[in-house]
Formats: sequence, C-alpha cells, structure tokens
Amino acid sequence: MAYAAGVDVGSTQTKAVVIDEAKNIVGRALIDTGANVVIAAEQAFAEALKNANAREEEVEYVVGTGYGRYRVTFGNTQVTEISCHGRGAVHMFPGTRTVLDMGGQDTKAIRVSPTGEILDFCMNDKCAAGTGRFLGAAASALNIPLEELGPTALRAERPVRISTTCTVFAESEVLSWLGRGKKIEDILQGVHQSIAARSIGLLRRVGIEEEITFTGGVTRNVGMIEAIQKGLGAKLNVSPDSHYMGALGAAMFALDHVLAGRAPAAAGRS
Amino acid sequence: MDEQRQGTGLVGRGNREGAELFRQWFTELGRTAAEGKGAAYVFVMGSLAEILRTFDLPVVFPEINSLQTAVRRVAHEYLNQAEDYGYSPDICGYVKADVAVQLRGGEHPMGKIPKPALAVLTNACNTYIKWGEIWERMYHIPLFTLDVPGTRAAGTQTWPGDPDFENDREYVQAQLTELIAICEKVTGIKFDIDRLREVMGHANEMSRGWKQVLEFNRSRPSLFNALTDGTIYLGVSNSFRGTPEGARYFTELVEEMAYKAERHIGTLNEEKYRLTFVGVPCYPIFRRFNELFSEWGGTFVHSTYLWFASGGANVGFEYDLGRPLESLAEGVLISVRNAMDSMFYQDGAIIDMVDSFGLDGVVYHPVKSCRTTSTGLADNRRSLMAARNIPSLFIESDMMDRRVVTEAQMKNRIDAFFEGLASRKQQEAAAR
Repeated sequence: MAYAAGVDVGSTQTKAVVIDEAKNIVGRALIDTGANVVIAAEQAFAEALKNANAREEEVEYVVGTGYGRYRVTFGNTQVTEISCHGRGAVHMFPGTRTVLDMGGQDTKAIRVSPTGEILDFCMNDKCAAGTGRFLGAAASALNIPLEELGPTALRAERPVRISTTCTVFAESEVLSWLGRGKKIEDILQGVHQSIAARSIGLLRRVGIEEEITFTGGVTRNVGMIEAIQKGLGAKLNVSPDSHYMGALGAAMFALDHVLAGRAPAAAGRS
Repeated sequence: MDEQRQGTGLVGRGNREGAELFRQWFTELGRTAAEGKGAAYVFVMGSLAEILRTFDLPVVFPEINSLQTAVRRVAHEYLNQAEDYGYSPDICGYVKADVAVQLRGGEHPMGKIPKPALAVLTNACNTYIKWGEIWERMYHIPLFTLDVPGTRAAGTQTWPGDPDFENDREYVQAQLTELIAICEKVTGIKFDIDRLREVMGHANEMSRGWKQVLEFNRSRPSLFNALTDGTIYLGVSNSFRGTPEGARYFTELVEEMAYKAERHIGTLNEEKYRLTFVGVPCYPIFRRFNELFSEWGGTFVHSTYLWFASGGANVGFEYDLGRPLESLAEGVLISVRNAMDSMFYQDGAIIDMVDSFGLDGVVYHPVKSCRTTSTGLADNRRSLMAARNIPSLFIESDMMDRRVVTEAQMKNRIDAFFEGLASRKQQEAAAR
C-alpha cells in the first residue's frame, strides 16, 4: 500500500497526517512544537505512522507546511499552509468556498475555488490579536485551562466589551474587568467576541461565500465556533479533524505527486 | 567579437553608470556642504529642477536621502533619533529620517547633506507641506509651495487648448514667476531665460528617454526589473533632471534597452511570471524583497512607483523651447497631475498595464508610514479584480521601518501567491 503524508509545523503545535491512495486519513498525530522544530516534525511524523500502522518506506511522498515547513528535513517539498488549508478544507467539505483558519499566531481568511485553488487570502498582520494566542493570554490571566475557555464563555449572560486589539494588553484588560467584579464567563465571552469580530473582518476582506469551513487549532473551542457563527449569521463547517486541515491539505498535495509523478506546487519554483 | 565587446559594455551599463552618477551627486552635495553653501530642498513629485538649475542651485531630495538610510540598513538609527525627539512611530518614515539628518547637522551615510537655502514643494503629497514647515522653523528659509490643480474627478483631465486647462496653466505659470523671483533673491543671480531653455532641453531628452525605457519593457522577456533596476534609473531621473549628464544617461539607456530587446536579453534565466508593483518599495529589505519573487521566476516588468516617483516624467512631456515659461507651466501641470493620478486614479492605468504588458499578477504594497500612497489601494485592488481575472497580492510593510517588516510573514504570503499562479498556469496549459 502506498501512502502520502503531510506535516504541518505550526507556531504552537505540529500536526502530521498520513493518507492512503483513496484519500482517507489513516493516521494522525499532534504534538507541541517546542523549541526544536526539526525534532517536532520528526516526532509528529513518527507518531502518525504509528497511528496508521504504516512503515516510513511505504510513504512515497511527504509535503511540509506551516511556518516550519523548511525544517521538515525528510519532506520532499514544501507548500504554504494557505494553500494546504484551502485544499484540505475542500477535500473534507467539498462545498467549501471560504476558509477561516485560526491558529496559534495566525488567522487566515481564504477564498477557494471548487477544486481547492486559492482565489484570494488575507491574514492578521504582524500582530497576534485575533488568534489563538489572544485566547491563551486570557486563559493565563484567568487561570483557566484552554479546553475550558469555550464552555465557560458559553455560560455568559452579560458579556463585557474587550476594546484592546493587543494580545499583551488583553491580559491587563481582562484583569481590570475582574477587578471590577465582572464574572469570568462574561469576560471570556467578551474575549471570544473580540476575536470573532477580527476574524470576520478578515473574511469580509476576501469576500464571504458559503460554505465556510473553520480550520486550525481553535476549532476545538466551542465558544469560538459559536461566537463566529453568531457574528457571521452563518454556519461553519467544523470536523473533529479540522485541527489537522493544514496537514491534510499537505498530504493531498503529496498524494498528487504519488499519483501523477510530480507535485503541482513544486513545479512552480524556478 | 566587436559586437560581443560592445554588448558586454552595454548590458548593465545603465545600472553601473547610474550608481556612479548617484555617488557623484552626493559627492557634489558634500562639497556644497563643506563650502557652507545652501541647496534647494525639493521633492520627487514636482521638483521644479528646471528653474532651480537655471540659478545653479544644487538640489537635495530629502525623500531620496531618507530611503538611502533604509537601503544602507541604518534607517532605525535615524528613526529612533526622531522618535526620541518626539515624533510618533506612525509619522512618515521619510520625514523622521530627514529630521534626524538635520539634527545631526547633515550627517548621512552617503556623505554630508548641505542645509537648505530654500525649499520647494508641491501639493502632490500633504506631508510635503508639513515637512517644509519643519525646515522653515529650523532654518528660517523661504518656502515655496506650488499648488498644482490636480484631476478633479476620474477621467476629467483637460489638455492644452481646452479653456479649463489654460486657466490651470496660467495659474501654475504665475506661481513659477513667483518662484523665479525668490530664486533671484536667494542666489543673487538674475534670471536668464536662455539658460532655462538649455536646462529644459536636457530635461526634454530625459523625459523622452524615460518614456521609451518604460515602454521597452513590454518586451518578452522584460529587459529590466522595474523594482530594482528601475529604481536606479529613477534616481538619475530625479537627481540629474535638466543636466547634460542626465540627458546623456537616458539616451544611452535607450540604446541599452534597444540592444537587449533585439537580442531578447532578459533579467531572469526563465521569466515565468510578469508582475507589476503598486506602491512604494520595501527599502529595508530591498534586494531580498525582490528575491522573494525572482526565486519563483517572477519579475516586475512595471511599477506605478516609476510613474509617481519620477514626478510624472513617464508621460514624456517635451517642452516647447520657443515659449519656455508657458511650456514649463504646461509640462509641470501635466506631469505632476499625472504623478498624483498614479496614486489616486491608478485603477484604469493598471488595467491598461495588465493588457499591454501581458501581466500575470499585480502586487499591491501599501506601507504603514505613507498614507498618501497607501490609502485607496484596497479599493483599487477590488476595482482591478472586478475588471480583470488576474491574481493579485496585497502585502503591507514599510518603506523605512524595519520594525514592521517581517520577512517570514511576507515570504509566506508571497509563496502562497506563487502557488496560486503556478496552479493557474497548469490549469491553463491543461485546458489548451
């Protein structure tokens, strides 16, 4: 059996996906990136192989993606996570025309064609406001585990308005609301709404066309899904594998190579 | 063999000699400063060098001085000094670097910059006016602001012979007469109309050459990179305007382009993607920025920068030396108006460029510290997308401030742009 793999080395976490020739996910892995990007990529790939019950030599092509894509030393080529999230989203939800990827440091809005090609994209600019990091800062200030952020926010009755757009200052603003006696769930809902508003702004810049697929690490946060859907007035496609969408897209590009003899994106480079 | 030798000398001559002229220009400015003499401080959009050179006034372009600090990777020292002085990080980086140059008594990486004897500016950029006021307060020098009646609404430009144009021309001409009086007072030299004719004659050769050079890049492959090579040509176009050296340079540059066009000598081994650049370059990583595109086989065949930063010399307006003042007013009006239109009414021109230069993509580069050139680019891009099915990239950084230039983020966006272009080319090839 021939396999293809994608390794998405993100700022916070590294994801690896192994797919078979029928484009089914047969193995997946997720680890914290940490300080050594090369080792993180190797470990994620090894765990995904184990999860797939596959041997390394059975994987015919590997595509690296994410900010650490050039550090996937065993990879055959690299494709940006923008292209990979687009490709993965259309594969998982074929009706996808717009993708919102929310990761640790980046939030990207991507408009795609029915075949997954990127028509337009835009990202948060040189600042982690509106990304997972913003949530991390709030969680730290409130001393709440990340996985409880969403469910707690959903209990809000009177959300506060978070005015800062700076991740660092967000922590101080959260503390100041606490000092004023606001409930944690109301503060957290305010944080979620603030991030959702920035993400929706990005989506509007590329033009929103349904279906909209939500990808990246923050898809595991139910409070964020709710806040974005409410702000957009539209439903988001989300899957338990949404976190792996970049790695999945990379694996799809790798499979192109396996099936056709060359990777499309690699052909573009001089 | 002779032809080979000639070719070896011709190809790249514009870059070599342009760099040399540029060094000479700064050396001359250093000499002026050492002698304790003043210069005319001017701007790229309407320098009025034709009049200033008639009075033998050396010209200083503070915009060029500032961008040179970024190219030479010392801009942060100048920006920090101006910010310590009280300027906000959000203020135009060109202004702040110049303020620091003035605070340092003219110290600059290219040499010593003389103090201003007068400053000449136009309304093409609102910051010019505030900038001029800084020198006015620092040095108590005469400040001359030329008010150029720009385009009132898209597509309403008027031309010689039209009564509205003639009104505007008379308005500009009256202001030029005022400038001449100021120059006489500052230099103690009496205005000589024949000297003006001579300077305008050189300017004519330069404008003619600049227009031809830009048009030559319709060639496949393109003959020069509009972002890197083009900026060198632009430097000469501004700093040597109205001089015999500038006239000779552009005549020879046209010769170089003709030679390369005939022999299909391009800038890349394989020109895969023809692009245009809209905005002001990313000077803090000037070479690297271009490499992020050329590594994919992308080359900039044109740029709106070569229009507005040449003060509209791209129009190729040639003065009628038989009626110098009237014709100078016409030329200034048409050229500076075009420079402004290249920033504010550029969507139609870019659409034309897409067709006539056979472009594969358009790169918009708004910069954080220049609102004049950046405001409206998002709308401009939407307008282009509605008119043409052509990929475009929108990346923001800065022309001066390394603190807001993040190469990793930039590369990510540029790579994704090219992945899309590659995919599109493959689909087009498959459909044929």
